Amino acid sequence: MDYSKILNPEVLNIKPSGIRKFFDLAETMQEVISLGVGEPDFPTPWQIRKAGIKSLEESKTRYTSNWGLQALRETIASYMSRKYGLQYDPLHEILVTVGGSEAIDGCIRATVCPGDEVIIPQPSYVCYEPITLLAGGVPVIIETKAEDQFKLTPEALKAAITPKTKALILPYPCNPTGAIMEREDLEKIAAVLRDTNIIVISDEIYAELTFGGKTHVSIASLPGMAERTLVVNGFSKAFSMTGWRLGYACGPAEIVAQVTKIHQFAIMCAPTTSQYAAITAMTSCDDVVAEMVEEYDTRRRLIVDGFNKLGLTCRDPKGAFYAFPSIQKSGLSSEEFCQQLLEKKHVAVVPGTAFGQGGEGFIRASYCYSTEHIKEALKRISEFLNEL
Amino acid sequence: MNMKLLKLLNKNARYSLEELATMTGRTPEDAAADIDELEKAGVIRGYKAVIDWERLDNTYVSALIELKVTPKAGLGFEEVAKKVMKYPEVETVYLMSGGYDLCVIVKGKTFQGVAMFVAKELSTIDNVISTATHFVLRRYKELDVELCDSDRDDRGHFSF
Repeated sequence: MDYSKILNPEVLNIKPSGIRKFFDLAETMQEVISLGVGEPDFPTPWQIRKAGIKSLEESKTRYTSNWGLQALRETIASYMSRKYGLQYDPLHEILVTVGGSEAIDGCIRATVCPGDEVIIPQPSYVCYEPITLLAGGVPVIIETKAEDQFKLTPEALKAAITPKTKALILPYPCNPTGAIMEREDLEKIAAVLRDTNIIVISDEIYAELTFGGKTHVSIASLPGMAERTLVVNGFSKAFSMTGWRLGYACGPAEIVAQVTKIHQFAIMCAPTTSQYAAITAMTSCDDVVAEMVEEYDTRRRLIVDGFNKLGLTCRDPKGAFYAFPSIQKSGLSSEEFCQQLLEKKHVAVVPGTAFGQGGEGFIRASYCYSTEHIKEALKRISEFLNEL
Repeated sequence: MNMKLLKLLNKNARYSLEELATMTGRTPEDAAADIDELEKAGVIRGYKAVIDWERLDNTYVSALIELKVTPKAGLGFEEVAKKVMKYPEVETVYLMSGGYDLCVIVKGKTFQGVAMFVAKELSTIDNVISTATHFVLRRYKELDVELCDSDRDDRGHFSF
């Protein structure tokens, strides 16, 4: 069997993550103190789990509508309205997906044709580039800068736009940098986009996790932007529901209908149990979410202060749950730093380069861990730096 | 009132002033002043370790005693409660609603010792009508701290 003739070259061409080996090494080690994960440590709030269990007890175990339960779509519509001032028609403008990931995939596949350019600010989450490539699109990377707090600037955006630009990925609050785009930042981006035919795919999965009194603003809420924006969000981060695999895409009916077509054939519908649980998440968990956010904020202060005291300059992350300190003073590359830190001190962090070349000189440290765990990790990193 | 500070101390009284200050977004001096004030106001009553005595060879026994008491005019249950709490064997005293009046947690080295303390001391106090002793067989969680081996972090070391 000649598998090289079987496999799709577009798939073969996608680079496997260069740090896979490093990850595998960590998995073989005992007693690793990890700051490496991108998911909450909190269990899913009990009332949400209970709602899932209740739906199972009541045998609600069949397919739902391709779009998702209507009751859930109505719940999402009112949640988007009360949280972000966004108005969506639950019947035609909201699709429930298997995590935010499927929503991103569907939005890109429904819009990007071979040769179309997709602007992707980096460092950012790892999926945008490969999905664009699979759709035959051309990723156009904008490297956001530490001195701009890793925000997307209108200047960089203007410079990246060509007649072939089809879409802009807007990944804020940002994994891994913790950057957020505030209203005035978004106004400037919107001003660049309003006269174009570029669709914004706004990945707002960390929208509920913002700190220091800053609440998330969706670009779709700015005048004239809802018609050119697909908002992607989900339940994983805010409600600590990663394993439930549930997200959604909201946007113009003309586009959402096409994303739903892909979803209908690839997926059928999002997990039914998760959909029932999600209604409870959005309607009766504001208090629990607020408590989790407060706890993240406490840890955030601890870890950011810890890195700065070690001389690893760390800007104040305003969103998500990652610190993104500079490791330049170590004289090592990001990957060398992470590899050596793992081997010598058994501390696992992710090299900034995993999120794009612009991440060189940085590491991502998640604070989805207890304060005791974070303190131990910082202690070991301190020893590591002293022994360099 | 610095609630955030109290929550942190309630979780771990051994955070350093500097850590407490960092986590609450204040200066160490401010945090120290707040703690001082909370201590003086009697809000913070003490700092103790949560110890799982069962992990030591030393025998450690505790029991929850239900006390029924005849209330005294003007004093209610106060007089008996204050008498009970003075015993060094007594760890906790609560006034309860429901089927009995005082909940007393007593510690000792042996079942026998605790039982004798109840029989000889608690039950002979004036106005104590009856006692019911429930021995603790195993402690799973105490003061918010899980004493049994808690769940392993099943998240793996990495994810994006």
